[in-house]
Amino acid sequence: MKNLIKLFSILVLFFFTVTQLQSAEKVDYLKTDWSFKGLFGKFDRGSLQRGYQVYTEVCASCHSMKYLSYRNLGEKGGPEFSQAEVKAIAASFEVIDGPNADGEMFERPAKLSDKFVMPYDNVKAAQAANGGAYPPDMSVLVKARGGGVDYIYSLLQGYEDAPSGMTLDEGVHYNKYMYGNKIRMSAPLSDDLIEYGDGTKATVEQMSKDVTTFLMWAAEPHLESRHQMGFKAIIYLIILTILVYFSMKKIWSRVESEV
Amino acid sequence: MSDHEYTPTSKVGKWFNDRLPLLTLANHLTDYPTPKNLNYWWTFGGILTFCLITQIVTGLTLAMHYIAHADMAFESVEHIMRDVNYGWLIRYIHANGASMFFLAVYIHIFRSLFYGSYKSPREIIWIIGIIIYLLMMAAAFMGYVLPWGQMSFWGATVITNLFSAIPLVGEGIVTWLWGGYSVDNPTLTRFFTLHYLIPFLILGLVVLHIWALHVPGNNNPVGIDIKKPSKDTVPFHPYIVIKDGFALLMFMIVFAFFVFYSPNILGHADNYIEANPMVTPAHIVPEWYLLPFYAILRSVPDKLLGVVAMLSAILILAVLPWLDTSKIRSAVFRPLYKQFYWILVADVLILGYMGAMPAEGLYLLIARVATAYYFLHFLVILPVLGFKEKTLPIPLSITEPVLGGSTNLAMAKNKESLDK
Repeated sequence: MKNLIKLFSILVLFFFTVTQLQSAEKVDYLKTDWSFKGLFGKFDRGSLQRGYQVYTEVCASCHSMKYLSYRNLGEKGGPEFSQAEVKAIAASFEVIDGPNADGEMFERPAKLSDKFVMPYDNVKAAQAANGGAYPPDMSVLVKARGGGVDYIYSLLQGYEDAPSGMTLDEGVHYNKYMYGNKIRMSAPLSDDLIEYGDGTKATVEQMSKDVTTFLMWAAEPHLESRHQMGFKAIIYLIILTILVYFSMKKIWSRVESEV
Repeated sequence: MSDHEYTPTSKVGKWFNDRLPLLTLANHLTDYPTPKNLNYWWTFGGILTFCLITQIVTGLTLAMHYIAHADMAFESVEHIMRDVNYGWLIRYIHANGASMFFLAVYIHIFRSLFYGSYKSPREIIWIIGIIIYLLMMAAAFMGYVLPWGQMSFWGATVITNLFSAIPLVGEGIVTWLWGGYSVDNPTLTRFFTLHYLIPFLILGLVVLHIWALHVPGNNNPVGIDIKKPSKDTVPFHPYIVIKDGFALLMFMIVFAFFVFYSPNILGHADNYIEANPMVTPAHIVPEWYLLPFYAILRSVPDKLLGVVAMLSAILILAVLPWLDTSKIRSAVFRPLYKQFYWILVADVLILGYMGAMPAEGLYLLIARVATAYYFLHFLVILPVLGFKEKTLPIPLSITEPVLGGSTNLAMAKNKESLDK
C-alpha cells in the first residue's frame, strides 16, 4: 500500500507540476472569471452571442476564421443561435461558387455548410492591406498563444502610450502585454464601439471578455461535451477502481492466509 | 517455459492444440509463476502494453481522417477536432497518450535501475527494452511533426539537422532524409509512413521482450532468484492480472484528467500555428520527455560531439548490465548504490528542466555539470561501487520479507550463519 500511495502521488504530482508550470507564466495578465474553466465549465451563451457580434463587426474586417462554418453558430455547445438566425447570418455573406452548367463562376448568398467568408483573398492581399503584417487567422488563436484566453483578454486592453525613450515606427503601437510590446494592430476596441443587441453596455472590458469567450469556443467547439464526458468518465473510473480494489484484496487474501 | 505439460480437456481443443499450440500458450500465460512480492512499480509493464494498444487504436482511427500533405495536414487535424465524431477525443487521447506512454516508460526504466532487473540473466530483456525506448522516441518525434504546426516544422528541422554534424557525408544525409533541400512535403509523407510503421515494430519487440522475460521469470523487490513455481510465486492469473488492472485504473484516472481537462498543457502553443518556413519561433523546444537528452546535446559546445554525447547517453544504458559490477540486484541491500540512484534521478530531472530553459549563463553551467555527472554515474561510480560497496545480507527466500516486519533481516542473518 505504501508503494501504491507513492506511485499515485507521483502521477498526481506530475499532473499538477505541469499544470502549475503552465499557469505560472500567466501571472501578469489581467484576471477575469471564465465560466468555461473548471470541472463543470460551460460557456456563457449570452457572452458567446455578444462575442460573435464583436468578432463580426470589429475583428472580421481583418481576421479570418477559416476553419469555422456558419452551421457551427447554431450547434449545441456554441452560441446556439436559432436555425433562422444562423440562416440569416449566413445569407448576409456572399460566396463564389461554381462552375455552373455554363462553366461560369457565380456569386450566391452563403449557406449553413459554407466556411466563414475570409476578409482577404489570400495572405499576400491581407499583408498588403495591413502594412506587411498578416492578421492571424482566429480559428485556433486562443490555443496558439502561450497565455491563452488571459493573454488575448489582456492584450485587447493593454494599449497604452509608449514609455518615454521608446520610439515606435509608423503604424506600430505600444501594448504592454504584446511580446516585445510592439504591435501592428491599432487598439481595436473603444467604449460603445458597437451596440449590443441584448442591451449590455459595450465597455472595452465587456467586449474583450465576450470576444475572448467566443474565440475560446471557436478554438474548442466541443469544450462543453468534453467537460461533461470527462466528469462521467472519471466518476466511472473511480467507482470501478474501488470495486477492483476490493476484488484484489479478496483474491490476494487467499495467498496471504496460505503462507 | 512451463514446467508441466498442458493437455486440453475437450477433443476439439486437443485436436487444435496438437496442430497449433495456442491453448498451451494461453495456459502458460495464465499459469505463469510470478513472484508474489512484486510491488506496484512492477505494474508498469501492463500499463505500457495498454499505452501501446491505445496509441495504435487511436492512431489507426486518426489516420483514416488525417491527410499527410504539407498544404492539408494542419487543416485535416482541425477537421478531426471539429467535424469528425468524437475526433477531438481520439486526437487528445493520442496526443496525451504519447506523454503518458513516456511517463510510464520512465517509471518502468527507473524501477529496473533500482531493483537491478537488467542484471544477469535478464540482459537481453533489458537491451530489447532500450531498443523499444529508442523506437518510441523516433515514433513520438515523427508523430509530433504530423500536425504540421510551427513546432512540428522547426522541431523536425532542428533534429534532422543534427545529422549534418556527421563529417563528410552529413549534408548529403540530411538532404536524403528531407527528400529535398528543406523540411517539406516529402519529409512529411515519409515521417507519416514511418510513424505508422514503428508502432508495429515496437509491438513485435514487446512480444520478444515478454518472451525473454518468461525464460528467467520476473525479478522481484528482494532481487534474489526464486524457485518457480513454489510458495514464493503466484499464478499470473488472477493475482497479477487484478493487481495490474487496479494500477492501470489509477493510471487511467490521471490520464483522463489530462485528456478531458488539460488536453493541451503538455503540448506547445506554437503548434497551433500552421507551419511557416519563413518565420522561426522564439524558442524551439522538444516535447518534455526528450528534454534531458536535449540538455545534454546543448551542453557540449561542439555540434558533432554534442550529438555523440546525446546518443551515448541513451546507448550507454545498453551496456549497463556490464558496467554495473555488483552481483547484488536490489538497491534495498545496497546502501551506497541507493543514494547514488536517487542522485541520478535528481540529475535527470535537473537535465530535463535545463533542457526547457535557454542554453545560456547559469542554466548552461548547471546543464554541463549535470551532463558530466550523468556519465560519471555510469562510467565510474557503478563499476567502482560493485567492488567497494559493503552490501547488506540478503534473505534466502522472499517469503520472509513478504511476511513483513524488520525481523526478517535478522532471521535471514541467522539462517546465513546457520548455513555456515
